Amino acid sequence: MARIIKYVFYDLLRTRFLLFYTLFLFVSTFALFQLDSDPNKVILSLMNIVLMVMPLISVVFATIHFYNSYEFIELMLAQPINRKVVFLSEYAGVALSLTSGFLIGVGVPILFYGAGHSAVMLLLVGTLLTIVFVSLAFLSSVLTRDKAKAIGIALLFWFYFSLIYDGLLLWIIYSFSDYPLEKVTLALVSLNPVDLGRIMMLLTLDVSALMGYTGAFYREFFGSYIGLLFSVGVLMLWIVIPTVLSVSIFSRKDL
Amino acid sequence: MISLNKVNKQFGKLRALQEVSLAIALGKSYALLGPNGSGKTTLIKSILGLVVPTSGDILFEGKSILNQCAYRAKIGYMPQIGHFPQNMKIGQLIDMMKNIRGEVNEIDDDLIRDFKLYSMYDKPMHALSGGTRQKVSAALAFMFKAPVLILDEPTAGLDPLSVEILKEKIIAERGIGKVLLITSHILSDLDDLAGDVIYIQDGKVQYNDSIHNLKEDTQEKRLGKAIASWLGQQEFLSNITK
Amino acid sequence: MRSQFYILLFLICPNVLSLEAKVIEVGPQKRILSIKEALLLAKPHDTILVHSGHYKEGNIRITQALTIIGKDYPILDGLNQVEIMTVLANDVTIKGFVFQNTGVSSMEDLAAIKANNAKRLLVTENRFIDSFFGIYFSHCKNSRIIANNLKASAKEEHRIGNGIHMWQSDSILVSKNEISGHRDGIYFEFVTHSVIEYNKSYKNLRYGLHFMFSHNDEYRYNHFSQNGAGVAVMYTQGVKMFNNVFEENWGDSAYGLLLKDIRDSEVVNNQFLKNSIAIYMEGSSRISFRKNTFRENGYGIRLQASCDENDFVQNNFQLNTFDMATNGNLVLNTINSNFWDRYEGYDLNKDGIGDVAYRPVSLYSMVVERVPGAMLLWRSFLVFLIDKAEKALPVVTPENLKDDRPSMKPYDFTQQSK
Repeated sequence: MARIIKYVFYDLLRTRFLLFYTLFLFVSTFALFQLDSDPNKVILSLMNIVLMVMPLISVVFATIHFYNSYEFIELMLAQPINRKVVFLSEYAGVALSLTSGFLIGVGVPILFYGAGHSAVMLLLVGTLLTIVFVSLAFLSSVLTRDKAKAIGIALLFWFYFSLIYDGLLLWIIYSFSDYPLEKVTLALVSLNPVDLGRIMMLLTLDVSALMGYTGAFYREFFGSYIGLLFSVGVLMLWIVIPTVLSVSIFSRKDL
Repeated sequence: MISLNKVNKQFGKLRALQEVSLAIALGKSYALLGPNGSGKTTLIKSILGLVVPTSGDILFEGKSILNQCAYRAKIGYMPQIGHFPQNMKIGQLIDMMKNIRGEVNEIDDDLIRDFKLYSMYDKPMHALSGGTRQKVSAALAFMFKAPVLILDEPTAGLDPLSVEILKEKIIAERGIGKVLLITSHILSDLDDLAGDVIYIQDGKVQYNDSIHNLKEDTQEKRLGKAIASWLGQQEFLSNITK
Repeated sequence: MRSQFYILLFLICPNVLSLEAKVIEVGPQKRILSIKEALLLAKPHDTILVHSGHYKEGNIRITQALTIIGKDYPILDGLNQVEIMTVLANDVTIKGFVFQNTGVSSMEDLAAIKANNAKRLLVTENRFIDSFFGIYFSHCKNSRIIANNLKASAKEEHRIGNGIHMWQSDSILVSKNEISGHRDGIYFEFVTHSVIEYNKSYKNLRYGLHFMFSHNDEYRYNHFSQNGAGVAVMYTQGVKMFNNVFEENWGDSAYGLLLKDIRDSEVVNNQFLKNSIAIYMEGSSRISFRKNTFRENGYGIRLQASCDENDFVQNNFQLNTFDMATNGNLVLNTINSNFWDRYEGYDLNKDGIGDVAYRPVSLYSMVVERVPGAMLLWRSFLVFLIDKAEKALPVVTPENLKDDRPSMKPYDFTQQSK
């Protein structure tokens, strides 16, 4: 597997996209730190990148990469190599390279300017979300043979989790504002990795006091050790479930 | 060596393979024939595990190949159209294949040498002509001295000289007792290369016997003519039965 | 200025008088062992000097003008039963004692020092440990409370009184005290013409400063931090709030400064840092907010629709979650020349003033105002889009609630405040 990952890596580096991606993150993070002396505000700006831009880039890049690697995958599958190994190598290669791009691009400037509690949470959430969206991208790639269709599905995932879902959530909160919704919304938030990541970040930035009673409930829950374990666990499920699903589809897929 | 047992494959509404039962025996070489879209490539891909049959069994040396991969170490495969990572160079590709099939100590580089690929080691795949890509594809298929060779349209796109080099190589391999499964639409090529013929149409095996028998049955000397004549007989027979 | 002059005058007077008076010494090694005994011997304007020791004398009543001074902090212990000292005379000075363990009662307001109907009192340099009420004045005039330290450690609001509690008084100076762990740090009700300055009031269960019906007072250079609900100023007119710091009053119902029914007042040069709501105001009019810094608050200003004719001029708004929020559509307040760190406009003529107006109320803050639970979606892409759309085409946010002359750069108030 390591041998194949090596070639996936090699292939990814050849495209230079990753280099640009890392550089883009690096330069923007540095610029944000330069422009703003307040590290909290920088973290807030970075949070927008982590929650909106990075999932989009991850999901689109991973889908495109999967189709660009079709030849490689085909070639590998004619060799005495397990399908799962080929698929997971591709997956690991993309996930690892995007994650390291993020950790280098954002993590190094943060370390340079000094990392706080919220910065650590930012790196954790960013890493997990990147991998979640790579998983979703691979799922959309194995769902169809058509590259354009797959990118469409991938974009839909992003659009759904970034926007549509929140719209529905807002509608629910608005319509049922007379009822105690804490546990319901907690469950609903867990069904959207972007929301979950966002709330994990928000609570380190302590906006919870503005959420009224809901905020107090959330603060108590996510502030605890169990809450952190829960949220990381749920994000892990968001990584594992699409991956298991796509592996099982891929191992029955005709090439 | 390889046996197919009532293999069916359905792509949506299209039945690409229907109840295909075949036995590929050790030491024999087969010409896989049939019109376009008859299921030749699907059959080959099924054997390689690239296409998973809807129903039926494929056994390789007596074991089902479903979800297996190790058996592919014994197959050298040359696809109809070679797809290769575009931004790799020929040399890198060959090195990578060696690396990935790490269990092989000695490689067969006859074709690499004869096709003069060594001198093109630094050319990236995307800059290659279709013919050169076929050469690389052929070289890779023979490189690991696999006992089974599956060649899908091996001569397509090659210049006459290269075709001759490849044919010689195939004949040589046949000579040392390898199993060969070759498709080609140029039937004259197959005359020298195959001993048996499998004819499929609409996903069904229509004919499976030695070329020698086919020629005897049809009183034709050349494979192409023999096939055409056999097809004529079939049509005639079916009209009568109607 | 007038009140300050009086204060100066009273600072000198008792000292002059005490020169002629005699000194009675009290202490475990002295002839007079108890303060009560000394009080019986004392004539008006005498000084009682109490030496270090642990005095458990129940309630001590002071009925004539006296200067009572503790040497090396003698302890007056109420044994959790009584009010320690009750002052019923003018011109009393109490200095240098430790008051501890007053009684706790739900029927009467037991205090470490309670003064009633007195003038020209001075309570200074005392320490109060676990008092129910610390210093409690009612119907007093021209009195001073300076440099005391009040510390309590109650956990429940109903088991504890206020630190410095002033009721129906006039011309009081509360200065340089440090109060923590009480219900309200400083409590003013019906107290007029008074000054509260240089105090530190922190970690009190309810308000750092609780201020009602106290007209024409001034409080300045105070530091209020980590109080349960911040500072409340209510039902008052003519309050001056200068150079105070309101910090880290963070919680579901915590305010940096709560203004309720305030009129004709000034809020100048204060700093509001890290409060969940820096200023919450309702029913308030004609207040001038100038040169304040709002930084890292949840809300900068939460303006209820019942407020009008207030001016917000030359303030800094930085790193607040919401700069301003309101529950109304018609807003009759003036917002001008503030610095908003969220401002994205431009300044073509380089005069330091943005050419486009800034709207400090975001649409989403109006949604949250109606449904607090919607805060759950804060900083999501959806909210970002909603606010962007509203900025481009204001439909819901109040049309006239905007700053037409936003400053391009933050103001530097540091020189003025020091």
